[in-house]
Amino acid sequence: MTNKLKQKLLASLFGAGIAISGTANANNEDPIKLGLMLPYSGTYTALGEAITNGLKLAIKEQGGQLGGREIEYVQLDSEANPSKAPQNMSRLVKGDNVDFVIGPVHSGVAMGMLRVAKQTGALTIIPNAGLEAATNQLCMPNVFRTSFSMWQDSYPMGKVAYDQGHRKVVTITWDYAGGKEDVAGFEEAFTEAGGEVTKRILVPFPSTEFQSYLTQIASLKPDAVYTFFAGGGGVDFVRDYSAAGLKESIPLLGSGFLTEGNLQALGEAGEGVMTTLHYADTLESEANRNFVSAYQEAYGELPDTYAVQGYDTGMMLAQALYAVKGDTENREALIEALSNVHLNSPRGPMTFSESHHPIQNVYLREIRDGKHEVVDVAYEQLEVPDDACKM
Amino acid sequence: MDLAFFGVQLLNGLQYGLLLFLIASGLTLIFGIMGIINLAHGAMYMIGAYLVYDLTLRLGNFWVAILVAVPIAIALGLIIERLFLDTLYKRDHLYQVLLTFGLILVLNEAQRIIWGGDVHSVPVPAPFDASLQLTDNLQYSVYRLFVMGVCLALAAAIYWVIRHTRLGIIIRAGAVNRDMVEGLGINVRTLFTLIFSAGVALTAFAGMIAAPLSSVAPGMGDSILITCFVVVVIGGIGSIKGAFWGAILIGMAETFGSVLIPSLASMVIYLIMAAVLLVKPRGLFA
Repeated sequence: MTNKLKQKLLASLFGAGIAISGTANANNEDPIKLGLMLPYSGTYTALGEAITNGLKLAIKEQGGQLGGREIEYVQLDSEANPSKAPQNMSRLVKGDNVDFVIGPVHSGVAMGMLRVAKQTGALTIIPNAGLEAATNQLCMPNVFRTSFSMWQDSYPMGKVAYDQGHRKVVTITWDYAGGKEDVAGFEEAFTEAGGEVTKRILVPFPSTEFQSYLTQIASLKPDAVYTFFAGGGGVDFVRDYSAAGLKESIPLLGSGFLTEGNLQALGEAGEGVMTTLHYADTLESEANRNFVSAYQEAYGELPDTYAVQGYDTGMMLAQALYAVKGDTENREALIEALSNVHLNSPRGPMTFSESHHPIQNVYLREIRDGKHEVVDVAYEQLEVPDDACKM
Repeated sequence: MDLAFFGVQLLNGLQYGLLLFLIASGLTLIFGIMGIINLAHGAMYMIGAYLVYDLTLRLGNFWVAILVAVPIAIALGLIIERLFLDTLYKRDHLYQVLLTFGLILVLNEAQRIIWGGDVHSVPVPAPFDASLQLTDNLQYSVYRLFVMGVCLALAAAIYWVIRHTRLGIIIRAGAVNRDMVEGLGINVRTLFTLIFSAGVALTAFAGMIAAPLSSVAPGMGDSILITCFVVVVIGGIGSIKGAFWGAILIGMAETFGSVLIPSLASMVIYLIMAAVLLVKPRGLFA
């Protein structure tokens, strides 16, 4: 956090975006191949599509070229299926010879992909999966992330909860790595601030039968509840929580994924729920307003955080490939350029840590009138712990 | 655990169990009488939920939507049985399993093409959009009570049909010995069409009335399918009575198991299944 001023300066310097033109390197005249390994079927379809839309929008804004070279997309349906991940990744890297792999959405798929990324050294940009290990324990120079880690989005809520006057909190999530990493981030900050987590409830994944847990919460009477559920499970939990009449007496706090993309389905039940996330579509910045209107014009719907992550992946590639003039042969220079990327993203200023994880703002959002209103910046330019990663 | 807490959990378990029964009843009928393991049963539950979501939006009324959606579900069952299953009865079980597995893929993809990958919800319909105050800070949706009532009424109706009608006698006989029923001159083909359509309608109807309780999302039927197979196996294949008590047992076990022994929550229903099968290898009521 020491050179925040410098970062801001750099971010604003790059604010105008990247110039469209770039000179093609003589040795690198073929199109750059981008391998997209995202879910285009199953539960995470909407996420895969939003990321793809965002990415293509960013590249279209660069005139369809990166570093002066044409772009060729190779799209592969990951099915969010971890068991097929190594095989799919190998197909993109060895079969299709892509220059970059972009994916995945699902953390389980990431584990399989990263194993192949380690063996082959394939340049990989993760536009979603939030498992901590990707930019900590696994630690690879060829792997970048443009999204978040579970910890990064939940840690700021711990302090917020304490400052709101909550002292005893119950946490509830699915019994799987993503849920536990998220809740651990909250618990870490909340207990650091002086609060007490009276109970951590783990629900078998992917069960959405919450009635018995809500009854338990009602009898425990905590000051607040912190939760991580996502997708349909997020909608179920918030609606059940609200229908049980708990929202009035026990405020519901959560990771942003609880409500992201779910506003319409939540309806009245979502009002007043507070979450922390690295993005909100209502952010008042020029970069965000431009992005939202461009996205709406291109796809006829409002972007969500996944679309931004895809968009930033595209902008990151644009900036790095501009810096190396489209030369993908010199890997060291390319990796260097990627790690030096400074984005003035729709989500705010964004740079990368030593471990290639985004350093970014996390916002406190409250649902008011069916919108994620930004209440505050919950944590400015938050860097994630990456002690296990020495490049 | 005080008494009020225990009482509310009992209610939770009962409500969950009754809903499970509605889904499992169709599964057990199809499985027991036709000998078909309908893997697409969960996907049909999902289709029911999506149908009612879509029709509620179009028609503006949940009850009208149900009235329209149920015949569609019956028709879906009819078409699948006549067009696909009918040609496979003479083949090995494996072909039927493959077919119903394929149906999962087709139905999931159809859902994605028609309704997209987003999560939706159906508002709790009037006049049941109210809550009862159960304890000082806990409310209970009146709609949940209504769902329990509907499930109980349907359970009673199915029980009556099976116990006290000629059709019921044929169904019961069919569950015990299909060849003998055919030998006695009963048109098994018509019976199969009827059973399959009714089974699909039951699970789709369960999806419809469950839609306001939960979200309407892709893949929502996948996890419930496994639980329903456990119910069917515990109760005894083909037995409606077994499906009922099996569903109540599993509903209670999941509810109390998740609170009292959280470390075993995901295992508890399988432990019960194993225990039941040790004592009664053919299920409780077979």
